[in-house]
Amino acid sequence: MRKGYDNEDEFDRREDLPLLPSFGAQRPPGLQYMMGGCGIAGTIDVNGGKIPGSTITSMLTTMRERENGLGAGYSAYGLFPKEYKDHYCMQFFFDDEDSRIAAEEYLKDRGEIVREGSVPTKRVRSMRPPFPSVWRYFFDPQPRSKMFVLRDQTPDECIVDIVLGINGTIPGAMCVSSGKDMAVFKGNGYSYEIAEHYDLERYQASMWLSHSRFPTNSPGWWAGAHPISLLDWSVCHNGEITSYGVNRKLVEMNGYRLSLLTDTEVVTYLWDLLVRRHNLPPQVAAFALAPQYYSQIERMDERSRKLAEQIRMTYKEAFLNGPFSILVGRSRPDITLIAMADRKKLRPLLFGRSMDGSRYYAVSEESAVRVVEEQATTWVGNPGSPMIAQVGKGLMRKGTEAPFEGVFR
Amino acid sequence: MSGGDQTAKRKDPESIYRNVIHEKFKPSIDRNLCIKCKRCVKECSFGALEWDDDGIRYKGNCVACQRCVATCPAKAIDIVHLPTQYPPHASYTERVRQAITAQATSGGVLLSSCGTDMPYGMIFDDLILDSAQVTNPSIDPLREEVETRTYVGRRTGKITLSSDGYITGSEVTNPIVAMEMPLMIGHISLGAVSYNTQLALLQAAKNLHILAGSGEGGLHSDFFPFAENVISEVASGRFGVTADYLQRTAAVEIKIGQGAKPGVGGHLPGEKVTELISSSRRIPLGTDALSPYPHHDIYSIEDLQQLIAALKESTEHRVPVGVKIAAVHNVGAIASGVVRAGADFITLDGFRGGTGSSPRVIRDHAGLPIEVATAVVDKRLTAEGLRNRITLIAGGSIRSSADMIKVIALGADVASVCTSALIAMGCQVCQSCHRGVCAWGITTQRPDLVSRLDPAIGAARVTRLYTAWNEELKEVLGAMGIDAVESLVGNRDRLRYFGPNPKIAEVMGVKHVGEGWG
Ligand code: SF4
Ligand code: SF4
Repeated sequence: MRKGYDNEDEFDRREDLPLLPSFGAQRPPGLQYMMGGCGIAGTIDVNGGKIPGSTITSMLTTMRERENGLGAGYSAYGLFPKEYKDHYCMQFFFDDEDSRIAAEEYLKDRGEIVREGSVPTKRVRSMRPPFPSVWRYFFDPQPRSKMFVLRDQTPDECIVDIVLGINGTIPGAMCVSSGKDMAVFKGNGYSYEIAEHYDLERYQASMWLSHSRFPTNSPGWWAGAHPISLLDWSVCHNGEITSYGVNRKLVEMNGYRLSLLTDTEVVTYLWDLLVRRHNLPPQVAAFALAPQYYSQIERMDERSRKLAEQIRMTYKEAFLNGPFSILVGRSRPDITLIAMADRKKLRPLLFGRSMDGSRYYAVSEESAVRVVEEQATTWVGNPGSPMIAQVGKGLMRKGTEAPFEGVFR
Repeated sequence: MSGGDQTAKRKDPESIYRNVIHEKFKPSIDRNLCIKCKRCVKECSFGALEWDDDGIRYKGNCVACQRCVATCPAKAIDIVHLPTQYPPHASYTERVRQAITAQATSGGVLLSSCGTDMPYGMIFDDLILDSAQVTNPSIDPLREEVETRTYVGRRTGKITLSSDGYITGSEVTNPIVAMEMPLMIGHISLGAVSYNTQLALLQAAKNLHILAGSGEGGLHSDFFPFAENVISEVASGRFGVTADYLQRTAAVEIKIGQGAKPGVGGHLPGEKVTELISSSRRIPLGTDALSPYPHHDIYSIEDLQQLIAALKESTEHRVPVGVKIAAVHNVGAIASGVVRAGADFITLDGFRGGTGSSPRVIRDHAGLPIEVATAVVDKRLTAEGLRNRITLIAGGSIRSSADMIKVIALGADVASVCTSALIAMGCQVCQSCHRGVCAWGITTQRPDLVSRLDPAIGAARVTRLYTAWNEELKEVLGAMGIDAVESLVGNRDRLRYFGPNPKIAEVMGVKHVGEGWG
């Protein structure tokens, strides 16, 4: 129960303060926006090998200064057997039976549930209620369903509609993840409690992202914990976006309805917008989120400069100002880890590679790498420059290259 | 009593009525200090002072423009606010009674200039800025870069890249203009102001790498070297609008309305239409330049669309074409229509905005404050998914860097400033511009007065003012933990309302003081 603390006094000191209330799927009343500091850790096996859940749990829980028990979570990619890989895996938090029934009706009106069931969880004594029930549906949307306002959208668009629809209209129901061959496990508690609650040891995955939270002033909220996910995107974020009001406008203008009240939700939708919908290479999207200064852009070669200026003009509302480091995962076309920090690098982010070159790491603190692999090599990226590693392709960017390397052919 | 006319016969029987409009100000001259140089008599272009054997005598008509105070070598002059007392009445105020008396005398429309002086209260002064503490670091602009570059023009909202990395969408061909700060000099026409004044303003715009509005008077050929810093205006009178003029400037703006006089056309009194003005506006000498109230080729939004298209064609799609509208009650829907009609930028002009001459009833009673108009337009365009397609310029009573910062946070990309730039060159906001004898040489065409403003000095002063505001913008951005101004545009989260009417805050989408976000 007190895993992660060598010293009981330290654990007790933390428990001394009055606790903030805790919420499941339902939005905490009066909450308008959440912020705080955090720890993040991610790892990927670029050969497609499986990484046990215990590895990511050790990586995250070792950064104990970075959490205060008000939220933690994990996302796993490449964990499902062949027969379920190609269906959308929709995971939900439900506060009660009514919300579950309503969400299931909603799904059935818009597609076919291939398989459903509750996600196995264990009772962890140190965790405080409420405990929302966690359900998983393997699902195929039917783009021709008349429930969709727009006909014949792509299946991805249908899923986005469904997720934003359920989150926005069914009280007590919140979609936690909705991608293919991926799932999110998160909740209100310390990182080790959440790992135990979901019994992560039972999962093996090609990539894991994880997040622990140190919120400044908001209550614990299961649905509001990271990773925040839409389709196969999941995002873990350590930071506070000072441009939130501007970024929110851009995603809303593009049809996303916000329900989670965190800047991370906006970051997740920005990745979906820029990469899936606008079809931009990830390093171009990263530049939109953390552009270089005009003084740097002026020193670029001509075609890079043109692209950079155009990105800054066209996507000025996508620019995430303020301190952040983020881990971004996706499963399509291939399982990919993207990790980057803001353009001033005001929040920590460190990269690592295993001795045999099969695993890559992206973490807030070096300790998170060393705890699982003493001998790994580590390095730091440039401000705003993403490290990108992909199953089947290996390390595609170290995070130290010129911003548009690999974009021009 | 016998019948018939019992009126007492006097030489000027109405003078008693005029006389109750008494003077508001009076120069008070310290006779011990005065060295009798008579300079003040010459300096006062309103003819308020005269030499009377052994001293300066006040004749009346002082507008408190401070010119004599500023030029008196002995510092012998103070302007005093006269304490004459009307019988007090809370509804029939002094202002109301004076207007009635003046109109009963003249029988005409009362003219006035500058922005309205009615005590509506500035919403800007009820808004408070946020700053970063603990959870995010503030940024020190003296040690770190804080960017204020701003673009004016249409955007596509999306970049389309070919597989080899080249931009293939129309975003590469859309004309766009860069400015080094989110601040421009508003439209002030040659005619309303003097040659030297416009020269000073254009020189300042060039120094600052920003844009300045031409106003509706066209562009004098002497000013063609500044064309890259000019937004040329196409107003309902089409004064001075030639292909030559349009093709040179950095951007073109169709002026539908002006904040100080929504629904009313431009008015340049004939006294100001000198040879110089007649040549640049292409109108006869000495005639009143009265612009039609509407554009007579724009009676609906489709017509506007055609004019926008025509101007884009005539400038060969090389410059952004925008539309300026006065802030009025339905401004959100109008702005949306203007974007759909193809405008590349929208200039919103608030009801407190300045004017060289406007009917007072319109200046004082029509329109919408720029704070509300900016927020409403930003919200409306966002709701319709259009906000990231155009540049929003807001002007009309942006007095200080704080106002500029607040209007940006309310939703404007660019703040447009006129009156403060004129104040930098000596204007004292005496509101007498329409009389054409500005003692500071600003809103006049009288050569002796025009020469009072040295264009080089004027340009330097405006340059310094704008530079200082931009530095203050960086300070505030840094304090908010923001290092580029685009991250403040429409970021209403960083404002709080601290005023008497929370409904205004609600309409603007601004939280009340004390409301956090977690
Ligand atoms: S300018 Fe001053 S010193 Fe000269 S006459 Fe006037 S009041 Fe006297
Ligand atoms: S420009 Fe001249 S006349 Fe007009 S308000 Fe300023 S000082 Fe008075």
